[in-house]
Amino acid sequence: MAKNVLFEIGLEELPARFIDDAEKQLKVKTTSWLDDLRITYSKIETFSTPRRLAVLIHDIAEKQATIEEEAKGPAIKIAQDDQGNWSKAAVGFTKGQGKTVDDIYTKDVKGTTYIFVNKVIEGKLTGSLLPEFKNIIESIQFGKNMRWGNGTMRYVRPIRWMVALFEEEIIPFEIAGVQTSNVTYGHRFLGKEVVLRNPLDYKLEMKNNFVIVDSNVREKMILEGIKQAEEKGNFIVPIDQDLLDEVRNLVEYPTVFIGSFEKEFLKLPSEVLVTSMKEHQRYFPVKSNTGTLLPYFVGVRNGDSNALETVIKGNEKVLRARLSDGQFFFEEDQKNSVEFYLDKLNSVVFQVKLGTIGEKVSRVVSISEKIAQSLNIDAEVTQKIIRAAQLSKFDLMTNMVNEFTELQGTMGEKYARSFGEDESVAIAIREHYMPTSAGGELPETLVGAIVSVADKLDTIVGCIGVGLKPTGSQDPYGLRRQATGILRIANDREWGIPVADLFKLTIELYESLDLEHVDFEVIKKELHAFIQQRVAFVLKERGIEQDIIQAITSHQIGIMSDMVKKASILSAKRNEASFKPIQEALVRVLNLAEKTEETVVNPEYFETDSERDLFDIYENVQASYQELIVQDNLEGAFSALEKLAEPIHLFFENNMVMAENEQLRKNRLALLNRIAILVNNFADLNAIEWKQHF
Amino acid sequence: MNIQNMILTLQKFWSEQNCILMQAYDVEKGAGTMSPMTLLRSLGPEPWRVAYVEPSRRPADGRYGENPNRLYQHHQFQVIIKPSPDNIQDLYLESLQALGINPLEHDIRFVEDNWENPTLGAAGLGWEVWLDGMEITQFTYFQQIGGLEASPVTVELTYGIERLASYIQDKENVFDLEWTDGFTYKDIFKQPEYEHSTYTFEESNVDMLFQLFSMYEEEAQKTMEKGLIFPAYDYVLKCSHTFNLLDARGVISVTERTGYIGRIRNLARNIAKAYVEERERLGFPMLKKEDK
Repeated sequence: MAKNVLFEIGLEELPARFIDDAEKQLKVKTTSWLDDLRITYSKIETFSTPRRLAVLIHDIAEKQATIEEEAKGPAIKIAQDDQGNWSKAAVGFTKGQGKTVDDIYTKDVKGTTYIFVNKVIEGKLTGSLLPEFKNIIESIQFGKNMRWGNGTMRYVRPIRWMVALFEEEIIPFEIAGVQTSNVTYGHRFLGKEVVLRNPLDYKLEMKNNFVIVDSNVREKMILEGIKQAEEKGNFIVPIDQDLLDEVRNLVEYPTVFIGSFEKEFLKLPSEVLVTSMKEHQRYFPVKSNTGTLLPYFVGVRNGDSNALETVIKGNEKVLRARLSDGQFFFEEDQKNSVEFYLDKLNSVVFQVKLGTIGEKVSRVVSISEKIAQSLNIDAEVTQKIIRAAQLSKFDLMTNMVNEFTELQGTMGEKYARSFGEDESVAIAIREHYMPTSAGGELPETLVGAIVSVADKLDTIVGCIGVGLKPTGSQDPYGLRRQATGILRIANDREWGIPVADLFKLTIELYESLDLEHVDFEVIKKELHAFIQQRVAFVLKERGIEQDIIQAITSHQIGIMSDMVKKASILSAKRNEASFKPIQEALVRVLNLAEKTEETVVNPEYFETDSERDLFDIYENVQASYQELIVQDNLEGAFSALEKLAEPIHLFFENNMVMAENEQLRKNRLALLNRIAILVNNFADLNAIEWKQHF
Repeated sequence: MNIQNMILTLQKFWSEQNCILMQAYDVEKGAGTMSPMTLLRSLGPEPWRVAYVEPSRRPADGRYGENPNRLYQHHQFQVIIKPSPDNIQDLYLESLQALGINPLEHDIRFVEDNWENPTLGAAGLGWEVWLDGMEITQFTYFQQIGGLEASPVTVELTYGIERLASYIQDKENVFDLEWTDGFTYKDIFKQPEYEHSTYTFEESNVDMLFQLFSMYEEEAQKTMEKGLIFPAYDYVLKCSHTFNLLDARGVISVTERTGYIGRIRNLARNIAKAYVEERERLGFPMLKKEDK
């Protein structure tokens, strides 16, 4: 009869955020461990709760698979002497394989005959190998580990028991002073100590002791409970998957309950209600059929329905206290004016060397204004941009944001509106934090986009200037994310201002401010590479390959949306067979042009028709290239450049560039240099690898 | 159960777990962790078990006695055990039962919460304990104290007395809590809350406080150099409280703030190191006691 194996690690409450990943690791590691050991099984199941991680291996083989291996020895010429006797080499080989010369057979390998023996590796008993599972337990990675008691082991939380069963037999090993056994524990309060007789009893025994070990089942129970609550309350509970994931990993035995709060709290901004319920208390907010919040919440208890009324009452009390705070803050905050809060910004540090938030805000105002100018934005909108920049941080000084920090921007929008600010200003206050994550949403309004970019530019230039550039995994001010945000916004809005210029105008502002700790040498040294890396990152995210990124960013960091377009043009081109001769011609020009700085071409010095032709065509191409760029037709602009290829080939066939005559040589190099400058304006084609596809 | 009985119950419970019952430490501090009974004693290899109530002052949280939840001074019941026992969670849950909280009728959970106090160079991992959704205790395994690795590991339980009482007594407002028969929290603390808030936010002598900070700091430094660790630590606590008063008054400028915190941290770190060295010089006396 096939046997089964159970391992269970009993822990003090694991952080919910680590559980799913730990269970996944357990499965992967167990699978590859058994595969490496050549131990077969029918199925591996894994389980997890806040207090345990477990794995159940079904129908495990009694032994490792026995394998036969063919061992190859020396060539027959060496293995036998002229009389056909086995040589020392042959004897040595068989001994080394645990065989004798009687086991030798021969086979031809590529025309030469070699001697072989068949080697059998006998599988060991599974039972003798199972204690190795200890290594798997020790190798599970968690985001944060700790030590406890007298021990030196670092693990996510203290290990309190371990079950290791091979059918009814205990698999012996020890970790951090805990010895394996067949004893596990049920729910902290509802369950008992459980002696497991057989691995297959695990799920049921645990269930009888109020532990649902399968997290998918717990999730289903919660969803079922929510459905019943919806029917009972005649309302809708929108499911937030992140919250559901967390909640199912905070309980071993879920029981869903409905709580309520006073209707008057519904006057609070919905974000305050939702944050209080979701983030602070892990409740699901409840909505009506029309999508408005109702004065109810759905919670999940870790336990059964005994005295559920007490639990509900307690939870309601906690929520009420939070919402009362929220209400108090909401009312108090609106008693003051915007100016009151703006003044307070002057006494709160942004970064020690970069001054107060108030100082930061005035920089953001200046940068926003400069960007608006570069984008030729009219005076009326510019006024709104300036106002939005001025108010961008005022809500940080309100009681509400002080208590509910995740509502920064959101409260700013609400309060600005209630203080009678322009609608576009209010929206921009919220939007200027966007995007809040790598792929996060971008500001929808122009005002929001400009203030967002200005705020990020200030942080990046300032932080790098005081030596806070990100290193390795350290990026405490989120500079990388913010730079990505700038680039995404600039691309999305197709701003016709080169990325490098956005940073330049910020640096100019800093230079005018005379901040003691800002080091412009450092900015000069670090910033360019930092931006280049971020542009490369954004392009890479869009599937652009490294050599094309290099081609586009090596000479200048231009207009973001142009770089994105150029990248896609070149990515398509480089796979076309017809592009090869074009690239060769243009690259040859780029290489030769490096030998000169000369740009003045004198047609009088031309000696051949081919150079005269090239110059004429260049002048035509240049004119149409410029025009097409202005029309933002990059595809057309590149096609224009392609027209140079043919005359370039003819030019090289018929002319000696490095002519003896200096005047002639200089003139020809100058011509090539003019073409090179034009080509480089698009991209450094030299960086692109020709990819031939067959 | 009134607050007095809660405290008596917790004291009795932890006394039965062989904890030394201490009284509150007589220097102002922001949290029970800052008592030398926790901060210094959790350093080094010597075993330690202690329980005490700590009135904790947080000047910036003062609300003139008008807010139902916030106080200039609240009370923590602090339990410190080194090394952390294997059954510490069970012991803690038993202590709740001693307070009349039947876990079968409630929802008690351990929700991840990692604690850090940069001023003391201290950090730990653990949970906030939820009782029907309310945070009633901080449960922390110290990993680092005064910049030194905590080994063996000390476990710290910090019960929020007012929180717990408001649940047990089912009161919405902290001032309605019953301290003992015939005396409410309001009777005892309303006036001091009002007066301390008024002092903190309106009347404190800022110049004097600045002077005091410098004097305390200097004295802490000098005293430590003489190898007098406990007196030096008292002055660190005084620095910390003086800083909190100045900070609540809003007179510490931005640039200065980080500087002040850094100064306190340096003192705390040096004292932590000196404490361990001194205990080592004394041959870790309590380690020997345990062996006997």
